[in-house]
Amino acid sequence: MLANRPSRTTQPAVATAANTSDAVTLLKVVDLSVTYRTRRGDVMAVDGVSFDLERGEFLGIVGESGCGKSTLLFAIAQLLAPPAVVTSGSVNFRGTDLTELTEHELATIRWKELSVVMQSAMNALNPVKSIGSQFADAMRAHGVRSKPQIAERSAEVLRMVGIDPTHLGSYPHQLSGGMRQRSMIAMALLFTPDLVIMDEPTSALDVVAQRSLMLQIKELQQTLGFAVLFVTHDMSLVSHFSDRLLVMYAGQVAELGATRRIFDTPLHPYTRGLLDAFPSVRGPKVPLTGIPGSPPYLARLPDGCRFAPRCPVVEDRCREQAIDLVDVDGQVVRCIKYRNGVVIGD
Amino acid sequence: MATLQVPVDRATGTTGSERAAGRIWRAVRSNRKAFSGAVILLIFAVLAIFPGQIAPYSPLDDNFGRSLGPSAAHWLGTTANDQDIFSQLIWGTRETLIIALVTGALSTLLSMIMGIAAAYLGGLWDLTLNTITDILLVIPTIPLLIVILAYLPNNGLVPLILVLVVLGYSYGARQLRAEALSLRGRDFLEAARVRGERSLYIIFVEIIPTMTSLIAAVFLGTATYNVVAAATLQFIGFGDPNSTSWGTMLYWAQNGEALQTGQYLWALAPGFGIALLSAAFALLNYAFDEVGNPALQRVKLRPSGPRRSAVLLERIGARRAR
Amino acid sequence: MTDAPPLLRTDNLTRHFRIGGGLRRLQLHAVDEVSLQIGEREIVALAGESGSGKSTIARLLARIYPPTAGEIYFQGKPLSGLRSRSDVLGYRGHVPMVFQDPFSSINPVFRVSHGVLRSLTLHRPELSAAEREAEAVRVFEAVGLTPAADILHRFPYELSGGQRQRVGFAQALAMRPRLILADEPVSMLDVSIRIGLLNLMKQLRDEQGVSILYITHDIASARYVADRLIVLYAGRIAESGPVEDVLAAPRHPYTQLLLSAVPDPNADLTAGATTDRGEPPKVINPRPGCRFAPRCPLVTTDCVNITPALLPLSPGHDAACLVAQSGAEAKAF
Repeated sequence: MLANRPSRTTQPAVATAANTSDAVTLLKVVDLSVTYRTRRGDVMAVDGVSFDLERGEFLGIVGESGCGKSTLLFAIAQLLAPPAVVTSGSVNFRGTDLTELTEHELATIRWKELSVVMQSAMNALNPVKSIGSQFADAMRAHGVRSKPQIAERSAEVLRMVGIDPTHLGSYPHQLSGGMRQRSMIAMALLFTPDLVIMDEPTSALDVVAQRSLMLQIKELQQTLGFAVLFVTHDMSLVSHFSDRLLVMYAGQVAELGATRRIFDTPLHPYTRGLLDAFPSVRGPKVPLTGIPGSPPYLARLPDGCRFAPRCPVVEDRCREQAIDLVDVDGQVVRCIKYRNGVVIGD
Repeated sequence: MATLQVPVDRATGTTGSERAAGRIWRAVRSNRKAFSGAVILLIFAVLAIFPGQIAPYSPLDDNFGRSLGPSAAHWLGTTANDQDIFSQLIWGTRETLIIALVTGALSTLLSMIMGIAAAYLGGLWDLTLNTITDILLVIPTIPLLIVILAYLPNNGLVPLILVLVVLGYSYGARQLRAEALSLRGRDFLEAARVRGERSLYIIFVEIIPTMTSLIAAVFLGTATYNVVAAATLQFIGFGDPNSTSWGTMLYWAQNGEALQTGQYLWALAPGFGIALLSAAFALLNYAFDEVGNPALQRVKLRPSGPRRSAVLLERIGARRAR
Repeated sequence: MTDAPPLLRTDNLTRHFRIGGGLRRLQLHAVDEVSLQIGEREIVALAGESGSGKSTIARLLARIYPPTAGEIYFQGKPLSGLRSRSDVLGYRGHVPMVFQDPFSSINPVFRVSHGVLRSLTLHRPELSAAEREAEAVRVFEAVGLTPAADILHRFPYELSGGQRQRVGFAQALAMRPRLILADEPVSMLDVSIRIGLLNLMKQLRDEQGVSILYITHDIASARYVADRLIVLYAGRIAESGPVEDVLAAPRHPYTQLLLSAVPDPNADLTAGATTDRGEPPKVINPRPGCRFAPRCPLVTTDCVNITPALLPLSPGHDAACLVAQSGAEAKAF
């Protein structure tokens, strides 16, 4: 159960028939929709999102405010609370649909096979308990009772993230922001889960601490072999670390594909707009325009393409009906200009 | 320009306080408990304003039979002093309601001064005002009230109200101060300061309008408390025994050994009135509960910036994570 | 030849905060001996991480609290000389501030016209009510909030974050300012919205002739919008100069570190990655010496004992690094 797992190889292993436990995709999200049922009406925050995640893979979920990425994350981690409700689709973790499980059944999976790192450690860590006692809580909650085992494992995970184990006795406010986030990650790795879900873990950090943390995450991922679902609003941050990228807009998947391909050939006008919105520190200085307007109110969505009001290359037919996802040579995009892998029009 | 100008919204011609009143009304209307409290209060208000039209007799008329039971002529019977209980109850509504509203209003005003000003001005002001408030908060009110009133020469309504206000404002002051302190960090107050606004302006125009719901809650809480506190004191014998209020009715009922001699209605009627009025204020307070406890806040999906709705949605979705 | 004084100049600006309870004499050195200047029609970026002192400097310049030592000169006149309310009000009208958080910097109970109209009432009392209305419309249009008459009547919750920040700039513009203090105005906005506001700042400089002090932790946006860059570390200026010069040839090791850590999709991030964890110091009762020394790969004994002065290394380009000043080619990160 604990600490007896051998180190995995550094390459993300693709599921092959030879690995019996790998025969099933680690995480398969199928047509997932989440609705907030309120007195004023229903709001669909996540609309028909599908993607696969293999063992050891790093998937970045990118989008701006209101795109539904955090809701999607909570839905996958089964952390939704009313009025949010999964209204369709499934979240299949190693073949089992998590949305169908009871709390009791979920508890056996939580933290042992799937763990979550929240956005702000200051909000997620208990301010009146030391780090060590919070680790102990987590372990006891999942069946580890032996004090020596708890102590040993706590020290081990802290070392893994580069923190001196003497800090087990420290309180969260005594640690710097970077160290707090690292201890959150350490806590998530207590049982070496197969999937770690991270919700903008670096957004509260400065740029140097951010880079350091990302490098640490990537290194841990390669040594321990877990898969990562990483939600962020900063595309450039994940550009070096993720294998694939999922761009969300207004609750839907706008584009999905290998990271490098999306950066080199962004297909969706929104993705292009996002990439263009980052001024660079190196290279020539160019005037940028960003993306005019703002994301739509999820309660009052336009007919047709949700990006149409802001799209620089919009056409009349974009507004007529809802747009489906199309596969363009391994890259999935929701834009009317691509059909059957062929670029039509501009 | 040395005068304090209250900004009037050009579009609607309303001032900040008018819009605040609108918000309060909407809060009350939307909550069932609060609405029933408002209805009860309205009934009492009608009784207080038009007692002559509703009560069959004058409360002081004492030529009915002694200690009669309920009948068609006397719905609640008569007292040991030959007076009609029902009429006394109706006429007593006025003074009871006045006490409740006046002490509530004055107490809230004092709480605002001591609480909000202390929080905003900070430093020595805060220390001084807050210490006074804390001392008054800690001292048990009723015993102190009894001692003070025993020494006051005048046994009338005014000393009663004054003493209730001074000794009862402290709880509200602490609540308002806490809220004002949390507002202190908000950028729009700093923005007002950097804009060059005077402190008094900031307190009255920028801070207080954002605290209307809490102020309403403080008012209702104080009124609830004071209804019972005032009645208690009158029951003991302070306040003018010749006045007509529910508390004095209880005083006379006690004097006339109402419960021991089986004249239950004499004591129960005013007691029930006090309880109902208190309940009305408490019910109204439900409309403002969510201000003090944000977890009770229902999701409001008004059109707002996408980040705002995203933050709202995410905050709700994440509640179970704790 | 007489030089007109710069629009704003600080001379050894210092601000300490007493921290810790009762008897302990702990001084947090938020800002130490910062001497900078801002000219007309210029955007100066003040860049640093949390704890660098950049927000404190903004608040000192906005007169939210006074400096512990040093002086601020606006148009040649010291701020400590401003006594009467009208003097202070005059300064506030010339040097307004735009805040970071679009959701808490506007009073939620009033329409968004409230702040602008108050600014006009306070700082341009000669205007009649009708003229104030017209001015409000004009500044809203100048910041790109159109149709202005319609937006003026909305409540803050009806506007997006980007729109609210524009309202903040409109409020500042209404006072006919000379210098706008912008405290991380885009940090809390979505990435795609930021560019719009950065472009607005450039527009204000070009069309309205306003200078802007742009406080940020994001070097990339500083490069995009600013003419000059000042890098702050632990309360002291590490490096300053024209933005292209500083970023093309950073002389201070901290600037080099910052630059290397900026995620750039087109560059390989891991190249030059170090084990530096990004732990900026809390400067409490510091000893003399360079504050970056504990993290600097090029540190010498002198660095630990002598506080480096900010000296010019090439025209207009200053750095506070003993190693760089000694002429050595200092490439730390």
